[in-house]
Amino acid sequence: MTFILFIEQLLNGLQFGVMLFLMAAGLTLVFGVMGLINLAHGSLYMVGAFAAAAVAGWSGSFLLGLAAALAAAAAAGALVEMLVIRRLYDRDHLDQVLATFALILIFSEGTRYIFGSFPLFLDIPDALSGPVILPGGIAYPAYRLAIIVTGLVIAAGLFLLIARTRLGVRIRAGEADREMIAALGVDISRLYTIVFALGAALAGLAGALVGAIQSVQVGMGEPVLILAFVVIVIGGIGSIKGALIGSVLVGLTDTMGKLLLPALFGLFMDNSSAQATGSAIASMLIYILMALVLIWRPQGLFGARA
Amino acid sequence: MKLKTWIAAAGLAGMASMGLADGHGGMVKVGMITTLSGGGAGLGIDVRDGFLLAAKMAGNDHLEIVVEDDQRKPDIAVQLADKMIQSEKVDVLTGIIWSNLAMAVVPAATAQGKIYLSPNAGPSALAGKGCHPNYFNVAWQNDNLHEAAGGYANDAGFKNSFILAPNYPAGQDALTGYKRTYQGELAGEIFTKLGQTDYAAEIAQIRASGADSVFFFLPGGMGISFLKQYADSGLDLPVVGPAFSFDQGILQAVGDAAMGVKNTSQWNKDIDNAANKAFVEAFQAEYGRLPSLYASQGYDTANLLLSAMAKADIKDQDAFLAALKEADFESVRGDFAFAANNHPIQDIYVREVIKEGDVFTNKIIGTALEDHSNVYVDECKM
Repeated sequence: MTFILFIEQLLNGLQFGVMLFLMAAGLTLVFGVMGLINLAHGSLYMVGAFAAAAVAGWSGSFLLGLAAALAAAAAAGALVEMLVIRRLYDRDHLDQVLATFALILIFSEGTRYIFGSFPLFLDIPDALSGPVILPGGIAYPAYRLAIIVTGLVIAAGLFLLIARTRLGVRIRAGEADREMIAALGVDISRLYTIVFALGAALAGLAGALVGAIQSVQVGMGEPVLILAFVVIVIGGIGSIKGALIGSVLVGLTDTMGKLLLPALFGLFMDNSSAQATGSAIASMLIYILMALVLIWRPQGLFGARA
Repeated sequence: MKLKTWIAAAGLAGMASMGLADGHGGMVKVGMITTLSGGGAGLGIDVRDGFLLAAKMAGNDHLEIVVEDDQRKPDIAVQLADKMIQSEKVDVLTGIIWSNLAMAVVPAATAQGKIYLSPNAGPSALAGKGCHPNYFNVAWQNDNLHEAAGGYANDAGFKNSFILAPNYPAGQDALTGYKRTYQGELAGEIFTKLGQTDYAAEIAQIRASGADSVFFFLPGGMGISFLKQYADSGLDLPVVGPAFSFDQGILQAVGDAAMGVKNTSQWNKDIDNAANKAFVEAFQAEYGRLPSLYASQGYDTANLLLSAMAKADIKDQDAFLAALKEADFESVRGDFAFAANNHPIQDIYVREVIKEGDVFTNKIIGTALEDHSNVYVDECKM
């Protein structure tokens, strides 16, 4: 294995991690502030991807598609919060899981009704297509680099939002004691709608960004949702910092595992069976990582509550 | 989805009360278990639409069809098969797209005396030692298109291929099939996860391997993701694969990334025979889109069943199986017969992705294998 391949895979892992962060941040924010488990978060990712594909296809502009993805996902999130989620805050987690699972089915069939069963088309913008040459002669797709940068900028923005702004103070306060901030005159139900829409917009953005390199199709959100849950469990529930570290950890583990494990098994097996065994174990690797983290720190890496 | 198909089935059954028996009579109830939701939905929908189209065109009022969605999950497919056999009392099962689902359903169904007609999945385990007189594959044995791809790679002068496929029965069959005919070296061999959508890691490995060509088998959405990312990576090694990643249902989503790619298939819309012309026209008229490989397979499956119904009564199963084995129908792919293990003997073509107006599609540029059977025939004892 060459040095270049190794660096390229590190970048791939980072890009995968950053994309997971956009999903996990919204999920963990909603859980931290409202104590709500939202299984339909993956549907908002799908809504973002479909909105981007539809608008980019109609207007020919990727940026308009991106804006549409943010708007559509945030609107869908706010609507869902006001119509459904609002009634679930005081119920137990099993009720929330059941209701939001129903939302997955409604979103999936609704999307199929509007767009049909065949995958949609969303292209990478011309300015970002093709590879760029990084120092050391590494040819790396410009678009993936853009995803890394976008994700890191959004992570920084989210930290600033929570640590420095008035909204951030209210979010943190809502996390600590919702009755008290309601008593202090903050409109708690509006705050919840805003937080939910913010989380939804992040998921929609992830969907639109990823839609350009993968297929935009019904059900695309569910596999990502599972990974986002793994990230949150590793990073610690309710922690944005945990979500970021957890995402990068999961991204790197998955990518490097797929590269290194088959090579490792190749040392003492023939090539075909090393490939098959190595790939099989590589796909379990993030769950093994999750188990190890939970043994060591049951509350996750940055979790406040045990 | 289910409701719509029930209405279609009821419509077909409704006509039964008025129709006259056509010689042999006897209702045949078909249970179709296929993938209608999630990542692989396009494939199942095309198989279903092709099958229902043939049934509608035949106007045979002794055919009743029940359609259910397996969601690409083996456990759900098994539940549906139980329900179809126990409470729906179907005579014939069909529809499964994915080999892992076929392995979960077919052996149990044939052991209970049901007939299974596969419109797609053809795992090697059911072609060799696991063959059964009640199991027919109307599409291909899994290895077939990949063997043709390996043959094409030799003709194209590829000496150092990088090969990849998902880690499930059809993926393993794919790489086995390619390696059986391909004579060059292997630059690398990767099994990916089934349903994987990000191939950055694999593409980096292809780049580092020094390969001169890439062979891949990634059906459905997996292939779209791979091709788009491959095109964007700046790698320009020639790509060859089976038709599954270059088929009508997904070519529009892949877009320019697929232009000019060679792929192998037993069917294409430009195969010149009367049955195929009628099929392509009727499919477009009925559904407003071009038919895919999967639609052609669903259509042929229904016509095979109808041909047997015209010759024998399903209650006399031995006669019915003999009638199926004759394959006495006009296949849209041209000449077609069953080998001793009930898998096709057929020509396999090389196609190239082209653009007709705004629509991406394929045209045949040559024949890779003529009257091709499969290597598992001799292992099959029945």
